Amino acid sequence: MTATSPDDRVDSVDRVAYDAAAAAARDGYGRLVALLAAGSGDLQAAEDALGDALERALATWPEAGVPDNPAGWLLTVARRRLRDRHRSAEVRRTMPLVPERHAPVRLEDVDPDAVGDRRLELMLVCAHPAVDPVARTPLMLTAVLGFTAAQVAPAFSVPAATMATRLVRAKRRIKDAGVPFVLPDRSVLPDRMADVLEAVYGAYVVEWSTADAEPRRLPSEALRLAEVLAQLAPRDPEVRGLAALVLLSTARAAARTDAEGRFVPLTEQDPGRWDAAAIARAHEHLRAAHAQGAVGRFQLEAAVQAVHCARRAGEPPDRAALRRLHDALQRVAPSLGGAVARAAVVAETDGPAAGLAALDALGDAAARFQPAWAVRAELLARLGRAEDAAAAYDRAITLTHDPVERAHLESRRASMPPQGPLSGPPVHPTARSDHARDLRLER
Amino acid sequence: MRYALLLHNPEPAPGDIPAEGISEMERLFSDYADALVGAGVLVGADVLQFSHATTTVTRRTGATQVQDGPFAETKEALAGVFVIDVPDLDAAVAWAEKCPGASYGSVEVRPVATSIVDGAWTGHGPAE
Repeated sequence: MTATSPDDRVDSVDRVAYDAAAAAARDGYGRLVALLAAGSGDLQAAEDALGDALERALATWPEAGVPDNPAGWLLTVARRRLRDRHRSAEVRRTMPLVPERHAPVRLEDVDPDAVGDRRLELMLVCAHPAVDPVARTPLMLTAVLGFTAAQVAPAFSVPAATMATRLVRAKRRIKDAGVPFVLPDRSVLPDRMADVLEAVYGAYVVEWSTADAEPRRLPSEALRLAEVLAQLAPRDPEVRGLAALVLLSTARAAARTDAEGRFVPLTEQDPGRWDAAAIARAHEHLRAAHAQGAVGRFQLEAAVQAVHCARRAGEPPDRAALRRLHDALQRVAPSLGGAVARAAVVAETDGPAAGLAALDALGDAAARFQPAWAVRAELLARLGRAEDAAAAYDRAITLTHDPVERAHLESRRASMPPQGPLSGPPVHPTARSDHARDLRLER
Repeated sequence: MRYALLLHNPEPAPGDIPAEGISEMERLFSDYADALVGAGVLVGADVLQFSHATTTVTRRTGATQVQDGPFAETKEALAGVFVIDVPDLDAAVAWAEKCPGASYGSVEVRPVATSIVDGAWTGHGPAE
């Protein structure tokens, strides 16, 4: 960061100060919250103190100039704020000081880089088993990335006030129950990391499932969480796998709708519209994951995406590879969404009748599962069973909440010839909304 | 922080559990107590009599009411309390998992807010 020179015009100084504060808050928010909360376990107090520090920054930086180390400045001010709070009469009356929890903050440790990064601990706290599962992902988005309750509420289809209450309750529980800001030992770390990955995956699923007719939102928040996590735990193969998965989906975001905002199934997308840089970055993660020699769910899901991203324009993906990956995925982490996706791939490798049989094998579990009906409709259409296909499309349409996807299904339904086989690409089984519904069903 | 491990379990009728089952469980609890003492985390432990022997007192309605039986009629009754002093929830949960009572009942892990130590009220947790 640069200090402002005295001859800058006032309004530009204001803007520089504001931009510097905003940048420090955006990039460093999670790091600062983690450092501030690690001692007391009090996330709410940490967020409040950082909020006060940001306010002070906006009030003083335009006149005093932007400090050389904005994040360090914010940390120092926020720590003073926390210390004042601990010393206040109210706290003294209600809370005796516990030396190991309330050790005086060392103000010389103003450089966040020097005091280490506690964001992994923060993410582990947000995804702790003692925290209500529905609060984990929103808690990460607010504590690690600095979103407000009002900003994350729509993604989880709840009113802002409900989300705020949910977050407050989770934070109070973390503080009162004594959830520790520590890296657990190796006996439990893999289980804890699985919870963290699930919460980050939750952010990724939510964004796709709330996509509306507007140009689909990039899963930027999930991507940021996944990449932060990959930075913090670079040797965890599933962390790398998740980062790759989110990157590969992000890479295809622009190609998912056409110029008119209509849904474009994966098999019809133009590879030229995919983001090659994001795909390359995903492959780096996958290579790093592979080097660890421990396969897992997220690596397999990412590998499925990678196979799709490897196809050339106008050509089908490597279906045999997809089949192997889906078989492995169902073994490692069986799920309804995965089973439906596998059935769609079986239809490609062994024919639509075999795909239909695989769907039938799912039984009642798939009776209210939209992706199962969308795939079934497509397979029935390909088998020339127009009447059955139309009924399955109707069922799929009534179960579809996403307007863009519904419009797509309705046009497929309308294009059904009275009889005879219909050639055409299937609704893609790994469309992200499938995962969203799958996840919701599992919970 | 100080945590109370509250043991809840269905109360067996006389004869439900064979004598060797009882002595096996006594041995397991004895080992558990040794482990807690060995780790230096045990504050106190009390295993309670069955709830038929309990009496509930309340003045919530203004007048003192003394009532035969437990406060809440549930299938599982409070059977014992272990109070331990450990750094955090993870450590408390780890001890609760090791408790033999968790194998046939449930163990509630509750942070202790305040307790009398050396004759004076002493806070333990981040209470507000």
